[in-house]
Amino acid sequence: MRHKPAIAPNIPSVSADPTVEVTMTVNGQTVTRHVSPRMLLTDFIRHELGLTGTHVGCEHGVCGACTVLIDGRAARACLTFAVQADGAELRTIESEASEDGTLSELQKAFAECHGLQCGYCTPGFIMNIRAHLESGEKLDLSDEGIRDMISGNLCRCTGYKNIVAAVRKSAQHFNRK
Amino acid sequence: MSTRQFGAKISRNIDPELLRGEGKFTDDIPLPGALHAAFVRSPFARARIEAIDTSDALACPGVVAVYTCDNIEHLDRELPLLIPHPSMNNARTQRPLAREDVYYVGQPVAMVVAVNRYVAEDAALLVDVDYDALDVELDMEKAILDDAPLVHPSHPNNIAADFTQVSGNPDTAIAAAEHVTKLRVQVDRSTAAPMECRTVAAWFDHVSSELTVWDGTQAPIGVRGGLASLFDLDEDKVRVIAPHVGGGFGQKVMFPYADEILVPYAAINLGKPIKYIEDRRENFIGSNQERTQIHTIELYATKSGEVLALSDDFLHDTGAFIPYGIAVAQVASTSIAGPYRIPNIRVRFRAVYTPTVPVTPYRGCGRPQACFAIERAMDQLADELGIDRFEIRRRNLIRDDEFPYARDGLLFADGLQVKHDSGQYLRALEMAREAIGWDDFPAKQAEARAEGRYLGLGLAFYVEGTGLGPYEGGHIKIHPITGKVYVNTGLAGQGQGHETSFAQIVADQLGVNVSDVIFREGDTGAYDWGVATFASRAAVVSGNAIYKAAKVVRQQLVEAAANMLEAPTDEIELTDGYASVKGTNRKIAYSTIATATNPLRYAFNEAAQIATQFAPASKHDGPPLAEGQHPGLEATDYFSPSCATWAYGVHAAIVEIDPVTCRVVFHKYVCIHDCGNMINPTIVEGQVMGGLAQGIGGALFEHIEFDDDGNLTNANFVDFLIPYATEIPDIEIQHLETPSPLNPLGVKGVGEAGCIAVGATVASGLADAVSHVSGSKFHYTPVTPDMILEALPQGTAQPPD
Ligand code: FES
Ligand code: FES
Repeated sequence: MRHKPAIAPNIPSVSADPTVEVTMTVNGQTVTRHVSPRMLLTDFIRHELGLTGTHVGCEHGVCGACTVLIDGRAARACLTFAVQADGAELRTIESEASEDGTLSELQKAFAECHGLQCGYCTPGFIMNIRAHLESGEKLDLSDEGIRDMISGNLCRCTGYKNIVAAVRKSAQHFNRK
Repeated sequence: MSTRQFGAKISRNIDPELLRGEGKFTDDIPLPGALHAAFVRSPFARARIEAIDTSDALACPGVVAVYTCDNIEHLDRELPLLIPHPSMNNARTQRPLAREDVYYVGQPVAMVVAVNRYVAEDAALLVDVDYDALDVELDMEKAILDDAPLVHPSHPNNIAADFTQVSGNPDTAIAAAEHVTKLRVQVDRSTAAPMECRTVAAWFDHVSSELTVWDGTQAPIGVRGGLASLFDLDEDKVRVIAPHVGGGFGQKVMFPYADEILVPYAAINLGKPIKYIEDRRENFIGSNQERTQIHTIELYATKSGEVLALSDDFLHDTGAFIPYGIAVAQVASTSIAGPYRIPNIRVRFRAVYTPTVPVTPYRGCGRPQACFAIERAMDQLADELGIDRFEIRRRNLIRDDEFPYARDGLLFADGLQVKHDSGQYLRALEMAREAIGWDDFPAKQAEARAEGRYLGLGLAFYVEGTGLGPYEGGHIKIHPITGKVYVNTGLAGQGQGHETSFAQIVADQLGVNVSDVIFREGDTGAYDWGVATFASRAAVVSGNAIYKAAKVVRQQLVEAAANMLEAPTDEIELTDGYASVKGTNRKIAYSTIATATNPLRYAFNEAAQIATQFAPASKHDGPPLAEGQHPGLEATDYFSPSCATWAYGVHAAIVEIDPVTCRVVFHKYVCIHDCGNMINPTIVEGQVMGGLAQGIGGALFEHIEFDDDGNLTNANFVDFLIPYATEIPDIEIQHLETPSPLNPLGVKGVGEAGCIAVGATVASGLADAVSHVSGSKFHYTPVTPDMILEALPQGTAQPPD
């Protein structure tokens, strides 16, 4: 097929959506953007801020892949509009390792227990578990208790067994601290 | 590296980046100025398209283009039939965008491109399509009747393929049989549901005329071939990259989906990068599915339970099109005798067009259906003859001294004869018997029954033909600057840990750390010979190719080091990135060897100084590279298996029915499996466990439901029930390692192992649980609470007060 050089078509670059200003703190840094009121928080985080570690698995609040911490609580970014998070404090998977890339104990436990395969669901699991670890509640580390803790996240690869082991391992570490 | 890496439980090279959220999935690739595509899809299972009006959509601010079959030029054609087979006549494949007819709910009719996905989806709703709905028949058994509505008028009775295979002499054996057991079983429709839906992004560089496509596919080389031919571009000008892919399970091996060619087309057409990120609903209604088969199976046996002959006749639902040929049905038909000797087999299938999303392999690919048929039949035979379920299997299993055991007349999905190459089937069965506690079980069951509880033991054996050809390749190069080892292959990974397993193979040969092996796959720009990731073949086919290439590089390393260290080759040792002379402290780093074997002009670093044209070491007569020599330490090799290698295993479970909710509770689940030598047992177990969870989903929860009009009524994760951690029991996995004689590493595939036998195991356990009160045999999966309720004596299931 020959592709003859042609005058580049005039392509619009914006939609007719109005925009609103949103400001929030993301992983400790304050950000302000002008976005469409219907922009999902997932798109805001991933494409406006370029933090692509937060994933999207269903966009209807069932799989947990998009889990982030909003004001310290696990929340589904796919069910949240960016404007709803105006003024909030967000934490995403990118905040989990330290600056130099050293994995947190939770991340290490996932690696050591082979708690991930494709890794698509993993950031959502980590953020959900992080919220539990930091909640101050007494954690039920029985098999049943852990399975219950992660029962808001779907994983299609691992069969969960190793994720359960990873939670137990990291929670023990957390309890020791 | 003194300890052997092959066989070691090593954590994965890929994990840190995935755990930090630094994975590179298609939608993560930054493409400045990218436009977004959305599809208009058919709301009818079968209809004529009277008219399409795109004007309102085009008028929508932010919309750039709307494509229908009328403005996609040469792409308005039927897409290729990927795997032709003589049993199909005029096989029907899909057009990228429907022309005149639609054949399933979800079929793409138009594609809208806009500045963002929000606008693209708004505008997709504004495309006005005028349909004239036609009659449909969703039930396969009715669809093959003479007066059934046809999916394709070209195919009477909706038959897409009709194929019979025969092994041995079934007629004679049937005549000699003393007992026949016959049953009809059905495994129903399901879907892979990878956590990342399908994704495509494309960018065409008009200056260099190069097309780059990022595609969450299992088959980047195939996609590249398809695009180059459909677009009439030099293969060289098309680069397909499968970046990180969030699970595939077969759904992403099929190509091209409409979006895989229309997105690149629009990128060329509009001169902008374009992205299409499928949403979950589209994944349900638009991406291929698998499973529905209805088997009528007969076992012809002696009174002592020896099965002399098997006859199976099954219907295979292929959906509205058959782009992947008969692969799924063929795998089922050739796996139908399972691990049993059964020397005489007749198996026929008819692939049936139904007005539903097309059927192509989903993890298991026909094996779960075949396993369900033969294992439910074995249970029934045992029951009818009054023989214990373990015993009837023991009497029929292929014995260790009978390997390799060929089934002449049965051709597997690679076109080659079925040959069970090695195994310890009897030992595996015995291990399962012990692990599940068969000897104590009757007492436990009696006790439970006395208390009014329903406790059952389920059992199923499976076999899995893996590691199909035609071939894969491996390329290995030691980099001169870092001394790290670079490995390429033509596969693509979706989480299987190829980077680590293959690094282990290479690390042993070359004496480096696993973490110093840099592995790259899924990029036709890096390596473009090969096939794809499917049929549990990566470890077998690519693994052995990489092993062979590593041996060549090892030899190069040893020879070059011997030369530089002035020692005989048999005194050179390779450890931790250094070549040394045995028993001395004379050693030299691989980076130095790699540099020295590459004659240089420029001394870009210290090591390079010794390799430049003017360095004393380089002084010799003749050209710096002798005739036939190539620079550096590098090799490519290929592995092409003589036929598939057969893995196998046994599942056993103790299940209890909760009579109030009709929920199935697993008290114990054991899985014995043998995939030959294990490269990394941690990864193997992960694969098996993941498969088991999918199997449990398929056995009890996951069911694609169509209404009578062909609408998929549960196209979301609320209604299509993928198990969470709370639904999956803790499963005990035990390994056997019987090497395959068919490849140098002695490995067999494991990707699909876990899921195959779960449906049969669960059904076997449930039938056992109710055998004292009901004749229910559970010949259908997924088993729903309703079916369990029906199996219980009336009035059992009482809501609590
Ligand atoms: S993407 Fe948000 S819950 Fe699935
Ligand atoms: S690791 Fe793939 S979905 Fe969880």
